[in-house]
Amino acid sequence: MKLRVYLNFDEKSVTSPVIWKLAKEFDVITNIRSASVKEGMGLLGLEIEGETSIVEASARWLEAQEGVHVEPIEQNVMEG
Amino acid sequence: MSESIVRALKCRECGHEYEIQPTHVCEFCFGPLEVVYDYDKLDGKFTRELIESRPQNMWRYKELLPIDGEPKVGANNGFTPLIKADRLAKALGVKELYIKIDSVCYPTLSFKDRVVSVALSKAVEFGFKTVACASTGNLAGSVAANAAAAGLESYVFIPEDLEQGKVLGAAIFGTNIISIRGQYDDVNRLCSEVAGKYGWAFVNVNVRPFYAEGSKTLGYEVMEQLGWKAPKHVVVPMASGSLCTKIDKSIKEFIQLGLVEDNQTAMYGAQATGCSPITKSVKDDTDMIHPVKANTIAKSLAIGNPADGYYANKVMKESGGYAEDVSDEEIIDAMKLLAETEGIFAETAGGVTLGCAKKLIDSGKIPRDESIVLCITGNGLKTQEAVLNEVAKPRIINASLKEFDVLAAADGVK
Repeated sequence: MKLRVYLNFDEKSVTSPVIWKLAKEFDVITNIRSASVKEGMGLLGLEIEGETSIVEASARWLEAQEGVHVEPIEQNVMEG
Repeated sequence: MSESIVRALKCRECGHEYEIQPTHVCEFCFGPLEVVYDYDKLDGKFTRELIESRPQNMWRYKELLPIDGEPKVGANNGFTPLIKADRLAKALGVKELYIKIDSVCYPTLSFKDRVVSVALSKAVEFGFKTVACASTGNLAGSVAANAAAAGLESYVFIPEDLEQGKVLGAAIFGTNIISIRGQYDDVNRLCSEVAGKYGWAFVNVNVRPFYAEGSKTLGYEVMEQLGWKAPKHVVVPMASGSLCTKIDKSIKEFIQLGLVEDNQTAMYGAQATGCSPITKSVKDDTDMIHPVKANTIAKSLAIGNPADGYYANKVMKESGGYAEDVSDEEIIDAMKLLAETEGIFAETAGGVTLGCAKKLIDSGKIPRDESIVLCITGNGLKTQEAVLNEVAKPRIINASLKEFDVLAAADGVK
């Protein structure tokens, strides 16, 4: 499967090599599509490809990283 | 039937163009897609007279909406009143104030009927039989109602703790209503997964570029109702920030087509302090939107990581506008002020809009002697909980004239 997410990094996590760690930890293909770092915040558009269970596990791992917020590519699907 | 002027879907980030199809994200950079048009094709053909000759609904501007031919869903939606609000203007100390009242939008009393009717019309064109959304209120009701009227199957996803009135406001239309347990992020993620897995038209996911264009009709109507004039200042509530960008787009389109003159319209965004990521970015003079966890009574605006926040920020800055935020208490005060001066019962988002407008006026960001339009986007009957304990309770008497006389005398009635 392919999972497309946006990652938000806070000021502390922005210097951490999170994507490198992710690729070491899980057998997935990571493909960065957009990235910017500004004013103490990082934004990353990321595609993760691999076996469904491994991709899902890698997403859970990302969510558990301190200072990293994982969002669907649509950001807010839920509306008022 | 006039030729469609829709050109393509274009990425707002990298500019890559795509054929018209049910998709919303750029395959290259993951940027959001937007409908773009060849306005030159309308040269001289889309006139004030033509628009005025058509029925009073949002489709009188159909050339500027991304549909082929006639609307398939919501043919009677839109064209809500714009009123000159003199009593409220006096209370705020301004010269010229108007209120665009989408709290009476047909059929479900919110501006979502505009976006949903475009999304569902497009969904029918694409051949979808089932439509869906994830919502905490207005969107759920609008998708359920408009789908029912069009004979479409619908799925509506709501958080488990949604107020009974809002659940009923969607369920009555016979939709498949799914209540999801969990934290906001989990619910949001599940809905994204559902949207990706099932072959449905998810109104604010795969047909979002078309859906969002429906908001422009609110702007078109305001300009027509002002006598073909662009207002000087417009205040809108912000959740995703989309409405702010689309009203700006509507004004630019009318200027480009020669339907109104450029009035240097400034756009202002309103948020609740408990969920104000876009306002904060404007006040901090940055374009980075830091996600927040929402905590406000204005639930219809409670989007912590707004998808169009960056673009709304840009619109406000470039147009010379600003952003403001108000506390829950200020929201309720503003709801009461609007009701007591103009007889309009707006939902909490309306309190946010008026409360922020008041602050923007008091701080001098909006001058007191120029035309101001406030956009009221939802109906107070849907968020009664917010003001239940804030209004006077009825005084109870027996069916006796004597008892009423006592009461009237106490009120000083002669």
